[in-house]
Amino acid sequence: MSAILLAESVTVKFGGVTALDNVHMAVEEGEFLSLIGPNGAGKTTLLNTITGGVTPVTASLSLGGKDITRLSTHHRIKLGLALTHQIVRPFQSMTVQENVAFAAGYKKVRQILSSFASVNRAREMKKAMEFLHMLGIEQYKDQEVSKLPLGVLKRLEVARALAIEPKVLLLDEPLAGLNSQEAGKLADTVKSISLKGMTIVMIEHNLSEVLRVSDRLHVLDNGRNLAQGEPAAVMNQPEVRAAYLGS
Amino acid sequence: MGLYEISLATGVGIYIILAVSLNLITGYCGQISLGHAAFYGIGAYTVALLSKMGWPMYLTLGAGFLLAGIVGTIIGLASLRVKEDFLAIVTMGVAFLFVGIVRQQEFLGGEMGISGIPSHGMSKPEYLALVFGFVVLSILFSWYLKRSWMGFAFDAVADDEKTAQVLGLDIKAYKLTAFAMGTALAGLAGGLYAYYTRFIVPDTFGFIESVTILSMVAVGGIGSIFGVVIATILLVLMPEFFRFINDYRLLLYGVLLFSVMRFAPQGLSGFFRYFVKRKEG
Repeated sequence: MSAILLAESVTVKFGGVTALDNVHMAVEEGEFLSLIGPNGAGKTTLLNTITGGVTPVTASLSLGGKDITRLSTHHRIKLGLALTHQIVRPFQSMTVQENVAFAAGYKKVRQILSSFASVNRAREMKKAMEFLHMLGIEQYKDQEVSKLPLGVLKRLEVARALAIEPKVLLLDEPLAGLNSQEAGKLADTVKSISLKGMTIVMIEHNLSEVLRVSDRLHVLDNGRNLAQGEPAAVMNQPEVRAAYLGS
Repeated sequence: MGLYEISLATGVGIYIILAVSLNLITGYCGQISLGHAAFYGIGAYTVALLSKMGWPMYLTLGAGFLLAGIVGTIIGLASLRVKEDFLAIVTMGVAFLFVGIVRQQEFLGGEMGISGIPSHGMSKPEYLALVFGFVVLSILFSWYLKRSWMGFAFDAVADDEKTAQVLGLDIKAYKLTAFAMGTALAGLAGGLYAYYTRFIVPDTFGFIESVTILSMVAVGGIGSIFGVVIATILLVLMPEFFRFINDYRLLLYGVLLFSVMRFAPQGLSGFFRYFVKRKEG
Protein backbone atom coordinates (compact mmCIF):
# COMPACT_ATOMS: atom_id res chain seq x y z
CA MET A 1 0.00 0.00 0.00
CA SER A 2 1.17 3.57 -0.72
CA ALA A 3 0.06 6.96 0.60
CA ILE A 4 -2.32 8.53 -1.88
CA LEU A 5 -2.76 11.62 0.27
CA LEU A 6 0.04 13.02 2.36
CA ALA A 7 -0.13 16.07 4.62
CA GLU A 8 3.18 16.87 6.33
CA SER A 9 4.29 19.60 8.74
CA VAL A 10 0.91 21.33 8.61
CA THR A 11 0.83 24.42 10.80
CA VAL A 12 -2.14 26.77 10.66
CA LYS A 13 -2.61 29.94 12.70
CA PHE A 14 -5.72 32.08 12.95
CA GLY A 15 -4.42 35.37 14.31
CA GLY A 16 -2.60 34.42 17.48
CA VAL A 17 -4.29 31.02 17.81
CA THR A 18 -2.45 27.96 16.56
CA ALA A 19 -5.14 25.71 15.07
CA LEU A 20 -2.74 23.05 13.76
CA ASP A 21 0.80 22.56 15.00
CA ASN A 22 3.13 20.49 12.83
CA VAL A 23 0.48 17.87 11.98
CA HIS A 24 1.32 14.88 9.79
CA MET A 25 -1.29 12.65 8.21
CA ALA A 26 -0.88 9.94 5.58
CA VAL A 27 -3.80 8.22 3.88
CA GLU A 28 -3.20 4.90 2.17
CA GLU A 29 -4.88 4.13 -1.14
CA GLY A 30 -8.23 2.39 -0.68
CA GLU A 31 -8.37 2.75 3.10
CA PHE A 32 -11.17 4.16 5.24
CA LEU A 33 -9.49 6.55 7.66
CA SER A 34 -11.45 8.34 10.38
CA LEU A 35 -10.08 11.62 11.66
CA ILE A 36 -11.25 12.08 15.22
CA GLY A 37 -10.64 14.31 18.20
CA PRO A 38 -12.46 16.61 20.59
CA ASN A 39 -14.13 19.81 19.41
CA GLY A 40 -11.50 22.37 18.43
CA ALA A 41 -8.87 19.71 17.75
CA GLY A 42 -8.36 21.07 14.21
CA LYS A 43 -9.98 18.27 12.18
CA THR A 44 -12.04 20.48 9.85
CA THR A 45 -9.12 22.92 9.59
CA LEU A 46 -6.90 20.05 8.42
CA LEU A 47 -9.42 19.00 5.73
CA ASN A 48 -9.86 22.62 4.65
CA THR A 49 -6.09 23.00 4.44
CA ILE A 50 -5.90 19.91 2.25
CA THR A 51 -8.59 21.26 -0.10
CA GLY A 52 -7.13 24.78 -0.14
CA GLY A 53 -9.89 26.52 1.80
CA VAL A 54 -7.43 27.49 4.55
CA THR A 55 -3.92 28.84 3.89
CA PRO A 56 -1.34 27.22 6.19
CA VAL A 57 1.75 28.85 7.67
CA THR A 58 3.73 25.78 6.66
CA ALA A 59 2.61 22.58 4.94
CA SER A 60 3.64 20.04 2.40
CA LEU A 61 0.67 18.41 0.71
CA SER A 62 0.67 15.77 -1.97
CA LEU A 63 -2.02 13.82 -3.76
CA GLY A 64 -1.11 10.71 -5.71
CA GLY A 65 2.56 11.69 -5.46
CA LYS A 66 1.93 15.16 -6.90
CA ASP A 67 2.67 18.27 -4.84
CA ILE A 68 -0.58 20.22 -4.39
CA THR A 69 0.61 22.65 -1.70
CA ARG A 70 0.48 25.73 -3.90
CA LEU A 71 -2.48 24.80 -6.06
CA SER A 72 -5.84 26.56 -5.90
CA THR A 73 -8.88 24.68 -4.57
CA HIS A 74 -10.35 23.89 -7.98
CA HIS A 75 -7.01 22.53 -9.22
CA ARG A 76 -6.76 20.22 -6.18
CA ILE A 77 -10.30 19.02 -6.81
CA LYS A 78 -9.46 18.35 -10.45
CA LEU A 79 -6.55 16.18 -9.30
CA GLY A 80 -8.92 13.95 -7.35
CA LEU A 81 -10.16 15.41 -4.06
CA ALA A 82 -13.82 15.75 -3.05
CA LEU A 83 -15.18 17.29 0.13
CA THR A 84 -18.57 17.20 1.81
CA HIS A 85 -19.49 19.90 4.29
CA GLN A 86 -20.29 19.53 7.96
CA ILE A 87 -23.33 21.77 7.43
CA VAL A 88 -25.07 20.66 4.23
CA ARG A 89 -24.76 23.12 1.34
CA PRO A 90 -26.96 22.00 -1.55
CA PHE A 91 -27.47 24.35 -4.50
CA GLN A 92 -30.85 25.83 -3.57
CA SER A 93 -31.94 26.72 -7.10
CA MET A 94 -31.50 23.13 -8.34
CA THR A 95 -33.41 19.93 -7.78
CA VAL A 96 -31.75 16.95 -6.12
CA GLN A 97 -30.92 15.39 -9.49
CA GLU A 98 -29.60 18.66 -10.91
CA ASN A 99 -27.32 19.08 -7.87
CA VAL A 100 -25.65 15.76 -8.67
CA ALA A 101 -25.82 16.21 -12.46
CA PHE A 102 -23.90 19.48 -12.18
CA ALA A 103 -21.13 17.68 -10.31
CA ALA A 104 -21.24 14.79 -12.81
CA GLY A 105 -20.65 17.28 -15.62
CA TYR A 106 -17.40 18.50 -14.04
CA LYS A 107 -15.48 17.88 -17.27
CA LYS A 108 -17.85 20.16 -19.20
CA VAL A 109 -17.31 23.13 -16.88
CA ARG A 110 -13.51 22.83 -16.62
CA GLN A 111 -13.03 25.11 -19.61
CA ILE A 112 -15.10 28.25 -20.08
CA LEU A 113 -15.42 27.82 -23.85
CA SER A 114 -16.46 24.19 -23.71
CA SER A 115 -19.03 25.01 -21.01
CA PHE A 116 -20.51 27.61 -23.37
CA ALA A 117 -20.59 25.19 -26.29
CA SER A 118 -22.23 22.34 -24.32
CA VAL A 119 -25.97 22.28 -23.81
CA ASN A 120 -27.03 18.66 -23.48
CA ARG A 121 -27.44 17.49 -19.87
CA ALA A 122 -29.07 14.12 -20.57
CA ARG A 123 -25.98 11.99 -19.95
CA GLU A 124 -25.15 13.76 -16.68
CA MET A 125 -28.78 13.55 -15.51
CA LYS A 126 -28.66 9.81 -16.15
CA LYS A 127 -25.34 9.48 -14.38
CA ALA A 128 -26.74 11.48 -11.45
CA MET A 129 -29.47 8.85 -11.07
CA GLU A 130 -26.80 6.18 -10.57
CA PHE A 131 -25.29 8.11 -7.66
CA LEU A 132 -28.72 8.92 -6.19
CA HIS A 133 -29.51 5.22 -6.39
CA MET A 134 -26.19 4.35 -4.73
CA LEU A 135 -27.10 6.64 -1.83
CA GLY A 136 -30.73 5.46 -1.77
CA ILE A 137 -32.34 8.85 -2.48
CA GLU A 138 -33.45 8.40 -6.10
CA GLN A 139 -37.10 8.93 -5.10
CA TYR A 140 -36.31 12.57 -4.24
CA LYS A 141 -34.75 13.36 -7.64
CA ASP A 142 -37.26 16.03 -8.72
CA GLN A 143 -37.68 17.68 -5.35
CA GLU A 144 -36.47 21.13 -4.36
CA VAL A 145 -33.71 20.80 -1.79
CA SER A 146 -35.20 23.40 0.55
CA LYS A 147 -38.01 21.02 1.46
CA LEU A 148 -35.92 17.94 2.21
CA PRO A 149 -35.01 16.48 5.61
CA LEU A 150 -31.41 16.52 6.84
CA GLY A 151 -30.96 12.79 6.31
CA VAL A 152 -31.61 13.14 2.57
CA LEU A 153 -29.42 16.24 2.29
CA LYS A 154 -26.52 14.47 4.01
CA ARG A 155 -26.80 11.69 1.44
CA LEU A 156 -27.08 14.24 -1.34
CA GLU A 157 -23.77 15.78 -0.21
CA VAL A 158 -22.09 12.38 -0.53
CA ALA A 159 -23.73 11.63 -3.90
CA ARG A 160 -22.62 15.00 -5.27
CA ALA A 161 -19.05 14.52 -4.04
CA LEU A 162 -18.90 11.04 -5.62
CA ALA A 163 -20.20 12.42 -8.91
CA ILE A 164 -16.93 14.28 -9.52
CA GLU A 165 -15.22 10.86 -9.48
CA PRO A 166 -12.56 11.65 -6.85
CA LYS A 167 -9.55 9.58 -5.85
CA VAL A 168 -10.01 10.61 -2.21
CA LEU A 169 -13.36 11.42 -0.60
CA LEU A 170 -13.18 13.76 2.40
CA LEU A 171 -16.31 13.63 4.58
CA ASP A 172 -16.80 16.24 7.28
CA GLU A 173 -19.17 14.85 9.91
CA PRO A 174 -21.58 13.13 7.51
CA LEU A 175 -23.51 11.57 10.41
CA ALA A 176 -23.92 14.74 12.51
CA GLY A 177 -27.55 15.57 13.26
CA LEU A 178 -28.87 12.18 12.20
CA ASN A 179 -30.67 9.80 14.55
CA SER A 180 -28.96 6.51 15.36
CA GLN A 181 -30.90 4.58 12.73
CA GLU A 182 -30.17 7.10 9.95
CA ALA A 183 -26.54 7.38 11.07
CA GLY A 184 -26.10 3.62 11.01
CA LYS A 185 -27.58 3.32 7.52
CA LEU A 186 -25.46 6.16 6.11
CA ALA A 187 -22.34 4.71 7.76
CA ASP A 188 -23.14 1.38 6.06
CA THR A 189 -23.54 3.15 2.71
CA VAL A 190 -20.23 4.98 3.11
CA LYS A 191 -18.55 1.69 4.10
CA SER A 192 -19.95 0.00 1.00
CA ILE A 193 -18.49 2.82 -1.14
CA SER A 194 -15.16 2.27 0.62
CA LEU A 195 -15.29 -1.46 -0.08
CA LYS A 196 -15.62 -0.67 -3.79
CA GLY A 197 -12.12 0.84 -3.58
CA MET A 198 -12.73 4.50 -2.76
CA THR A 199 -10.22 6.11 -0.39
CA ILE A 200 -12.16 7.85 2.37
CA VAL A 201 -11.16 10.28 5.12
CA MET A 202 -14.06 10.91 7.50
CA ILE A 203 -14.31 13.35 10.38
CA GLU A 204 -16.92 12.04 12.79
CA HIS A 205 -17.91 12.32 16.45
CA ASN A 206 -20.18 9.25 16.42
CA LEU A 207 -17.58 6.91 17.90
CA SER A 208 -19.62 3.70 17.74
CA GLU A 209 -20.08 4.13 13.98
CA VAL A 210 -16.47 5.24 13.55
CA LEU A 211 -15.19 2.11 15.26
CA ARG A 212 -17.58 -0.05 13.27
CA VAL A 213 -16.65 1.15 9.76
CA SER A 214 -13.10 2.54 9.88
CA ASP A 215 -9.94 0.72 8.84
CA ARG A 216 -7.74 3.13 10.76
CA LEU A 217 -8.03 6.14 13.10
CA HIS A 218 -6.04 9.34 13.20
CA VAL A 219 -6.52 11.35 16.39
CA LEU A 220 -5.90 15.08 16.78
CA ASP A 221 -5.97 17.01 20.02
CA ASN A 222 -5.41 20.75 20.41
CA GLY A 223 -4.07 20.95 16.88
CA ARG A 224 -1.47 18.22 17.40
CA ASN A 225 -1.15 14.58 16.34
CA LEU A 226 -2.12 12.40 19.27
CA ALA A 227 -2.32 8.88 17.89
CA GLN A 228 -3.02 6.84 14.80
CA GLY A 229 -3.47 3.18 13.98
CA GLU A 230 -5.98 0.34 14.12
CA PRO A 231 -9.25 1.55 15.74
CA ALA A 232 -9.44 -0.68 18.81
CA ALA A 233 -5.75 -0.23 19.60
CA VAL A 234 -5.98 3.56 19.27
CA MET A 235 -9.02 3.78 21.52
CA ASN A 236 -7.19 1.75 24.17
CA GLN A 237 -4.36 4.27 24.40
CA PRO A 238 -4.67 6.13 27.73
CA GLU A 239 -3.79 9.54 26.23
CA VAL A 240 -6.54 9.14 23.61
CA ARG A 241 -9.09 8.17 26.24
CA ALA A 242 -8.01 11.10 28.41
CA ALA A 243 -8.11 13.67 25.61
CA TYR A 244 -11.05 12.43 23.65
CA LEU A 245 -13.26 10.73 26.19
CA GLY A 246 -12.20 12.70 29.24
CA SER A 247 -11.46 9.56 31.21
CA MET B 1 -46.30 54.31 -35.81
CA GLY B 2 -45.53 58.00 -35.41
CA LEU B 3 -42.08 59.46 -34.80
CA TYR B 4 -42.78 59.73 -31.07
CA GLU B 5 -43.70 56.05 -30.77
CA ILE B 6 -40.66 55.04 -32.85
CA SER B 7 -38.41 57.10 -30.62
CA LEU B 8 -40.02 55.62 -27.50
CA ALA B 9 -39.69 52.06 -28.81
CA THR B 10 -36.01 52.67 -29.65
CA GLY B 11 -35.41 53.84 -26.08
CA VAL B 12 -37.21 50.78 -24.71
CA GLY B 13 -35.09 48.52 -26.92
CA ILE B 14 -31.84 50.08 -25.64
CA TYR B 15 -33.00 49.64 -22.04
CA ILE B 16 -33.91 46.00 -22.72
CA ILE B 17 -30.34 45.31 -23.92
CA LEU B 18 -29.03 47.12 -20.86
CA ALA B 19 -31.25 45.20 -18.42
CA VAL B 20 -30.49 41.85 -20.11
CA SER B 21 -26.76 42.68 -19.83
CA LEU B 22 -27.01 43.32 -16.08
CA ASN B 23 -29.10 40.17 -15.73
CA LEU B 24 -26.09 38.16 -16.97
CA ILE B 25 -23.99 39.45 -14.08
CA THR B 26 -26.50 39.85 -11.28
CA GLY B 27 -29.25 37.46 -12.30
CA TYR B 28 -27.28 34.54 -13.69
CA CYS B 29 -24.01 34.74 -11.80
CA GLY B 30 -25.31 36.34 -8.59
CA GLN B 31 -22.81 39.24 -8.60
CA ILE B 32 -24.49 42.44 -7.48
CA SER B 33 -23.51 45.49 -9.51
CA LEU B 34 -24.44 49.06 -8.64
CA GLY B 35 -22.18 50.58 -11.28
CA HIS B 36 -23.51 49.08 -14.49
CA ALA B 37 -24.31 52.46 -16.04
CA ALA B 38 -20.56 53.20 -16.12
CA PHE B 39 -20.12 50.52 -18.80
CA TYR B 40 -23.16 51.88 -20.64
CA GLY B 41 -21.32 55.21 -20.52
CA ILE B 42 -18.02 53.72 -21.74
CA GLY B 43 -19.86 52.37 -24.79
CA ALA B 44 -21.59 55.71 -25.39
CA TYR B 45 -18.44 57.82 -25.04
CA THR B 46 -16.38 55.45 -27.21
CA VAL B 47 -18.97 55.60 -29.97
CA ALA B 48 -19.34 59.38 -29.65
CA LEU B 49 -15.60 60.01 -29.95
CA LEU B 50 -14.93 57.51 -32.73
CA SER B 51 -17.92 58.54 -34.80
CA LYS B 52 -16.77 62.15 -34.59
CA MET B 53 -13.41 60.95 -35.88
CA GLY B 54 -15.22 59.55 -38.89
CA TRP B 55 -15.34 55.84 -38.00
CA PRO B 56 -18.25 53.94 -39.57
CA MET B 57 -21.16 53.03 -37.27
CA TYR B 58 -20.60 49.28 -37.03
CA LEU B 59 -16.93 49.73 -36.14
CA THR B 60 -17.76 52.31 -33.45
CA LEU B 61 -20.41 50.00 -31.97
CA GLY B 62 -17.92 47.12 -32.00
CA ALA B 63 -15.29 49.31 -30.32
CA GLY B 64 -17.78 50.40 -27.62
CA PHE B 65 -18.72 46.77 -27.03
CA LEU B 66 -15.07 45.69 -26.75
CA LEU B 67 -13.81 48.58 -24.62
CA ALA B 68 -16.67 48.25 -22.13
CA GLY B 69 -16.01 44.49 -21.94
CA ILE B 70 -12.27 45.02 -21.38
CA VAL B 71 -12.81 47.63 -18.65
CA GLY B 72 -15.54 45.40 -17.17
CA THR B 73 -13.08 42.50 -17.00
CA ILE B 74 -10.48 44.69 -15.28
CA ILE B 75 -13.09 45.90 -12.76
CA GLY B 76 -14.21 42.28 -12.40
CA LEU B 77 -10.61 41.28 -11.59
CA ALA B 78 -10.48 43.92 -8.87
CA SER B 79 -13.84 42.76 -7.55
CA LEU B 80 -12.91 39.08 -7.25
CA ARG B 81 -11.72 39.48 -3.68
CA VAL B 82 -15.07 40.83 -2.46
CA LYS B 83 -18.64 39.64 -2.62
CA GLU B 84 -22.18 40.52 -1.62
CA ASP B 85 -22.37 43.87 0.28
CA PHE B 86 -18.70 44.64 -0.34
CA LEU B 87 -19.06 43.96 -4.06
CA ALA B 88 -22.07 46.31 -4.11
CA ILE B 89 -19.93 49.06 -2.56
CA VAL B 90 -17.01 48.46 -4.95
CA THR B 91 -19.29 48.59 -8.00
CA MET B 92 -21.02 51.68 -6.59
CA GLY B 93 -17.55 53.24 -6.45
CA VAL B 94 -17.11 52.43 -10.14
CA ALA B 95 -20.27 54.39 -10.94
CA PHE B 96 -19.03 57.49 -9.09
CA LEU B 97 -15.50 57.08 -10.43
CA PHE B 98 -16.70 56.99 -14.04
CA VAL B 99 -18.74 60.18 -13.75
CA GLY B 100 -15.96 61.85 -11.75
CA ILE B 101 -13.31 61.05 -14.35
CA VAL B 102 -15.46 61.98 -17.36
CA ARG B 103 -16.39 65.34 -15.82
CA GLN B 104 -12.70 66.27 -15.51
CA GLN B 105 -11.64 65.32 -19.04
CA GLU B 106 -11.75 68.04 -21.64
CA PHE B 107 -11.51 65.60 -24.55
CA LEU B 108 -14.66 63.90 -23.21
CA GLY B 109 -16.50 67.22 -23.09
CA GLY B 110 -16.36 67.56 -19.29
CA GLU B 111 -19.63 68.61 -17.65
CA MET B 112 -21.07 69.64 -21.02
CA GLY B 113 -20.71 66.18 -22.53
CA ILE B 114 -20.39 65.49 -26.23
CA SER B 115 -22.81 66.98 -28.72
CA GLY B 116 -23.03 66.80 -32.48
CA ILE B 117 -22.53 63.06 -32.63
CA PRO B 118 -22.85 62.18 -36.34
CA SER B 119 -26.07 60.60 -37.52
CA HIS B 120 -26.27 56.85 -38.00
CA GLY B 121 -27.40 57.58 -41.53
CA MET B 122 -30.61 55.58 -41.26
CA SER B 123 -34.23 56.61 -41.08
CA LYS B 124 -35.79 56.36 -37.60
CA PRO B 125 -37.76 53.18 -38.42
CA GLU B 126 -34.57 51.60 -39.82
CA TYR B 127 -32.65 52.49 -36.67
CA LEU B 128 -35.48 51.05 -34.58
CA ALA B 129 -35.21 47.83 -36.61
CA LEU B 130 -31.45 47.77 -35.97
CA VAL B 131 -31.92 48.26 -32.22
CA PHE B 132 -34.56 45.53 -32.12
CA GLY B 133 -32.26 43.27 -34.09
CA PHE B 134 -29.73 43.68 -31.27
CA VAL B 135 -32.52 43.20 -28.69
CA VAL B 136 -33.46 39.86 -30.26
CA LEU B 137 -29.80 38.80 -30.45
CA SER B 138 -29.25 39.77 -26.80
CA ILE B 139 -32.31 37.83 -25.66
CA LEU B 140 -31.37 34.78 -27.77
CA PHE B 141 -27.80 34.90 -26.44
CA SER B 142 -29.10 35.18 -22.89
CA TRP B 143 -31.59 32.34 -23.45
CA TYR B 144 -28.91 30.06 -24.92
CA LEU B 145 -26.46 30.92 -22.15
CA LYS B 146 -28.98 29.94 -19.48
CA ARG B 147 -29.37 26.51 -21.10
CA SER B 148 -25.67 25.89 -21.62
CA TRP B 149 -23.32 24.36 -19.07
CA MET B 150 -21.93 27.84 -18.57
CA GLY B 151 -25.40 28.88 -17.37
CA PHE B 152 -25.48 25.81 -15.13
CA ALA B 153 -22.11 26.86 -13.67
CA PHE B 154 -23.39 30.44 -13.18
CA ASP B 155 -26.34 28.98 -11.23
CA ALA B 156 -23.90 27.13 -8.98
CA VAL B 157 -21.77 30.25 -8.40
CA ALA B 158 -24.88 32.32 -7.66
CA ASP B 159 -26.16 29.69 -5.21
CA ASP B 160 -22.99 28.96 -3.26
CA GLU B 161 -19.50 29.92 -4.42
CA LYS B 162 -17.72 27.80 -1.82
CA THR B 163 -19.58 24.64 -2.77
CA ALA B 164 -19.07 25.33 -6.48
CA GLN B 165 -15.35 25.66 -5.75
CA VAL B 166 -15.09 22.33 -3.92
CA LEU B 167 -16.77 20.70 -6.91
CA GLY B 168 -13.81 21.84 -8.98
CA LEU B 169 -15.28 24.97 -10.56
CA ASP B 170 -12.91 27.83 -11.30
CA ILE B 171 -15.31 30.40 -9.88
CA LYS B 172 -13.03 33.36 -10.60
CA ALA B 173 -13.00 32.53 -14.30
CA TYR B 174 -16.79 32.24 -14.39
CA LYS B 175 -17.32 35.49 -12.50
CA LEU B 176 -14.94 37.30 -14.83
CA THR B 177 -16.70 35.85 -17.85
CA ALA B 178 -20.06 37.08 -16.54
CA PHE B 179 -18.57 40.56 -15.97
CA ALA B 180 -16.96 40.58 -19.43
CA MET B 181 -20.14 39.53 -21.25
CA GLY B 182 -22.51 41.75 -19.26
CA THR B 183 -20.37 44.87 -19.45
CA ALA B 184 -19.64 44.39 -23.17
CA LEU B 185 -23.37 44.17 -23.86
CA ALA B 186 -23.91 47.31 -21.77
CA GLY B 187 -21.26 49.00 -23.94
CA LEU B 188 -23.25 48.05 -27.02
CA ALA B 189 -26.40 49.55 -25.46
CA GLY B 190 -24.40 52.71 -24.71
CA GLY B 191 -23.25 52.94 -28.32
CA LEU B 192 -26.81 52.58 -29.59
CA TYR B 193 -27.85 55.27 -27.11
CA ALA B 194 -25.17 57.66 -28.39
CA TYR B 195 -26.48 57.35 -31.96
CA TYR B 196 -30.05 57.58 -30.67
CA THR B 197 -29.69 60.89 -28.80
CA ARG B 198 -26.56 62.24 -30.61
CA PHE B 199 -25.77 64.11 -27.40
CA ILE B 200 -24.43 62.63 -24.19
CA VAL B 201 -23.62 64.04 -20.74
CA PRO B 202 -21.87 62.33 -17.82
CA ASP B 203 -24.88 62.34 -15.47
CA THR B 204 -26.81 60.04 -17.82
CA PHE B 205 -24.41 57.26 -16.77
CA GLY B 206 -24.31 57.90 -13.05
CA PHE B 207 -25.31 55.98 -9.96
CA ILE B 208 -29.00 56.78 -10.39
CA GLU B 209 -29.01 55.17 -13.82
CA SER B 210 -27.30 52.09 -12.34
CA VAL B 211 -30.05 51.82 -9.72
CA THR B 212 -32.67 52.25 -12.46
CA ILE B 213 -31.21 49.32 -14.42
CA LEU B 214 -30.99 47.23 -11.26
CA SER B 215 -34.67 48.03 -10.53
CA MET B 216 -35.61 46.64 -13.94
CA VAL B 217 -33.76 43.40 -13.25
CA ALA B 218 -35.06 43.06 -9.69
CA VAL B 219 -38.68 43.88 -10.53
CA GLY B 220 -38.64 41.45 -13.45
CA GLY B 221 -37.19 38.69 -11.35
CA ILE B 222 -33.45 38.25 -10.94
CA GLY B 223 -32.29 35.69 -13.51
CA SER B 224 -35.50 35.62 -15.58
CA ILE B 225 -35.17 36.88 -19.17
CA PHE B 226 -38.94 37.06 -19.66
CA GLY B 227 -39.52 38.93 -16.38
CA VAL B 228 -36.68 41.36 -16.98
CA VAL B 229 -37.92 42.26 -20.49
CA ILE B 230 -41.49 42.82 -19.26
CA ALA B 231 -40.34 44.87 -16.25
CA THR B 232 -38.07 47.00 -18.47
CA ILE B 233 -40.93 47.76 -20.87
CA LEU B 234 -43.24 48.65 -17.97
CA LEU B 235 -40.73 50.77 -16.10
CA VAL B 236 -39.64 52.71 -19.19
CA LEU B 237 -43.14 53.27 -20.53
CA MET B 238 -44.95 54.01 -17.28
CA PRO B 239 -43.51 57.51 -16.81
CA GLU B 240 -44.26 58.22 -20.49
CA PHE B 241 -47.92 57.26 -20.30
CA PHE B 242 -48.55 58.67 -16.84
CA ARG B 243 -46.74 61.97 -16.96
CA PHE B 244 -47.27 62.74 -13.27
CA ILE B 245 -45.16 59.64 -12.48
CA ASN B 246 -42.19 61.15 -14.29
CA ASP B 247 -41.65 63.66 -11.50
CA TYR B 248 -41.52 60.84 -8.99
CA ARG B 249 -39.70 58.33 -11.22
CA LEU B 250 -36.75 57.80 -8.89
CA LEU B 251 -39.03 57.50 -5.89
CA LEU B 252 -41.11 54.93 -7.78
CA TYR B 253 -38.04 52.88 -8.72
CA GLY B 254 -36.77 53.04 -5.17
CA VAL B 255 -40.10 51.92 -3.71
CA LEU B 256 -40.41 49.14 -6.31
CA LEU B 257 -36.88 47.94 -5.63
CA PHE B 258 -37.45 47.91 -1.88
CA SER B 259 -40.88 46.25 -2.19
CA VAL B 260 -39.59 43.50 -4.48
CA MET B 261 -36.58 42.76 -2.25
CA ARG B 262 -38.75 42.73 0.86
CA PHE B 263 -41.97 41.07 -0.29
CA ALA B 264 -41.39 39.28 -3.61
CA PRO B 265 -37.70 38.49 -4.16
CA GLN B 266 -38.51 36.58 -7.35
CA GLY B 267 -40.19 39.61 -8.94
CA LEU B 268 -42.69 39.41 -11.78
CA SER B 269 -41.41 36.01 -12.91
CA GLY B 270 -42.08 34.71 -9.39
CA PHE B 271 -45.69 35.93 -9.59
CA PHE B 272 -46.05 34.31 -13.01
CA ARG B 273 -44.73 30.96 -11.78
CA TYR B 274 -46.97 31.17 -8.71
CA PHE B 275 -50.11 31.68 -10.83
CA VAL B 276 -49.10 28.94 -13.30
CA LYS B 277 -48.60 26.52 -10.40
CA ARG B 278 -51.97 27.47 -8.88
CA LYS B 279 -53.66 26.94 -12.23
CA GLU B 280 -51.99 23.55 -12.65
CA GLY B 281 -52.65 22.59 -9.02
